Amino acid sequence: MSAQEWIWLLVGLTFALYIGIAIWTRAGSTKEFYVAGGGVSPLANGLATAADWMSAASFISMAGLISFSGYDGSVYLMGWTGGYVLLALLLAPYLRKFGKFTVPDFIGDRYYSNTARTVAVFCALIISFTYIAGQMRGVGLVFSRYLEVDINTGVVIGMIIVLFYAVLGGMKGITYTQVAQYCVLIFAFMVPAIFISFQMTGNLLPQLGFGSTGVDGVYLLDKLDGLHRELGFHEYTSGSKSVVDVFFITAALMVGTAGLPHVIVRFFTVNKVSDARKSAGWALLFIAILYTTAPAIAVFARTNLIETVSNQKYEELPDWFHTWESTGLLQFEDKNADGLIQYVADAAVNELQVDKDIMVLANPEIANLPNWVIGLIAAGALAAALSTAAGLLLVISASVSHDLIKKMIRPSISEKGELIAARLSALAAVMLAGYFGIHPPGFVAATVALAFGLAAASFFPAIVLGIFYKRMNKEGAVAGMVVGVLLMLYYMTRFKFGWFGGGTQANWWFGISPEGFGTYAMVINFAVSLGVSKFTPAPPKEVQEIVENIRIPSGAGAAQDH
Amino acid sequence: MANKDLKKYWKENLRYLFFLLAVWFVVSYGCGILFVDDLNSIRLGGFKLGFWFAQQGAMYVFVILIFVYIRLMTKLDKKYGLDV
Repeated sequence: MSAQEWIWLLVGLTFALYIGIAIWTRAGSTKEFYVAGGGVSPLANGLATAADWMSAASFISMAGLISFSGYDGSVYLMGWTGGYVLLALLLAPYLRKFGKFTVPDFIGDRYYSNTARTVAVFCALIISFTYIAGQMRGVGLVFSRYLEVDINTGVVIGMIIVLFYAVLGGMKGITYTQVAQYCVLIFAFMVPAIFISFQMTGNLLPQLGFGSTGVDGVYLLDKLDGLHRELGFHEYTSGSKSVVDVFFITAALMVGTAGLPHVIVRFFTVNKVSDARKSAGWALLFIAILYTTAPAIAVFARTNLIETVSNQKYEELPDWFHTWESTGLLQFEDKNADGLIQYVADAAVNELQVDKDIMVLANPEIANLPNWVIGLIAAGALAAALSTAAGLLLVISASVSHDLIKKMIRPSISEKGELIAARLSALAAVMLAGYFGIHPPGFVAATVALAFGLAAASFFPAIVLGIFYKRMNKEGAVAGMVVGVLLMLYYMTRFKFGWFGGGTQANWWFGISPEGFGTYAMVINFAVSLGVSKFTPAPPKEVQEIVENIRIPSGAGAAQDH
Repeated sequence: MANKDLKKYWKENLRYLFFLLAVWFVVSYGCGILFVDDLNSIRLGGFKLGFWFAQQGAMYVFVILIFVYIRLMTKLDKKYGLDV
């Protein structure tokens, strides 16, 4: 079978599977729609969380990103896994015990205030929308590359699939489709990695392979460092960013991860507090399988690329080079007209532009793997994008139907009415996300970092203080969230979009990049919250009792409506 | 549960958290970022140790930390009869 037939077959089969699961697990109540009825097993929830978490960016772009930044890429690896430790230890068990449906639910009840709830809803919506637009775009990209349809048609097909199982199945449908999607995406990621590791180092485990010797007996990483020095790049295993910046970016990604509403809400779906802890453990284990493999792929692909193209005759390059050239992801311009490819750090001399996404997408072709592996990559990338999009969609729909309509605008709404509202808001959210996918606003790339910074600067301190500091009151929490978010928005818009007079790296505060600024804004949020709460009245007695109660794991009933 | 027991349970919980988060900080921010250059002078097969911590080791420790936490808390819950 040709690669194209394999792609259609595998993508078709996996889509049929997702739709089948959605029909089989459709939601009948708001509780099933928001938190899958609260009866998901820790293992299934761990799998679903992993699929929810790993987006098109993790699957397609991350290995390539590391490939081009070497040690600096560590911020993504540590940042996007270390957050789960915070989540497991500081948030998940207590929020599960609290036992409501959404993050704004917790903020609103714990801080006995609709102002706090509104701020939380606002943050949840911004974070989720910035994320989901990127996912729909990812779906479109995969469709256009692999299924040779127009990118906009790809977005529309993706919308219909997500719509089908998110609107029909709610959290229940999403959870079980995500379990299937995790299996598809991890298989698709690991198969080529294992093949290539074995080809290059004779080691079946990529995690060990990239620290082994190649066929020529030289350690792969030493060889790569040497190649980098020769071509003028900074050494692969050492960084070019400042220590302070790496520290702050890692912290912002970690804390942001722990504060993302679509991740937190997954822990509301299990039966009891101990299950929430266990599913965090499973989730991180399943995530770590992909995340520890990505840096290995990065090294293999980087070495392969340099050895294949550097100072080679353009005419004699393998076929895959020309295939990807036609997509625009590889661009060669023979500046000195010698027919050879000069791939070096110096921009004036460099003749080759490589897009980071190619490192995962072209991997099977570079390594000469069979056609079915190419089909697998397409199905895996779609699984990654769709699962994340669906999880985000649910947060948006719950924020609107539950936090806004049920809790603030019309508390008298019936269970049936709320379920209809939930489905309608999911529908509207898909449309909007699809629109952004087709007409991507220029700021999408910049705002993904913004989403993490915002989550770090807003939710994380409010939730942690709400659990660990009984005296924290609404005045402190609201002031902290507002100051944190505004500060973050100011810094991001100033240095990313050039508002407020703009500025360059020289103007950064303490040498912190906008990506790492979430950490700074978070610290300010903590300080403001604590300071303001000192001078304002303590929270009412019943709220203090809620706090005592969530600290004890026993007696967590199923997630309650109220 | 009596108020005094609750306080003791919570204190033990906080002690675990402090210890686990200290390890979490040391393997990532310590070994992977602050002391990465010093550790890089040590080799682990083909890896420089600091680089290995940043791109592999820290993540392994994270996974282990959560499972240790699950174990500790399961025991603690049992001790205070909160495992129902």
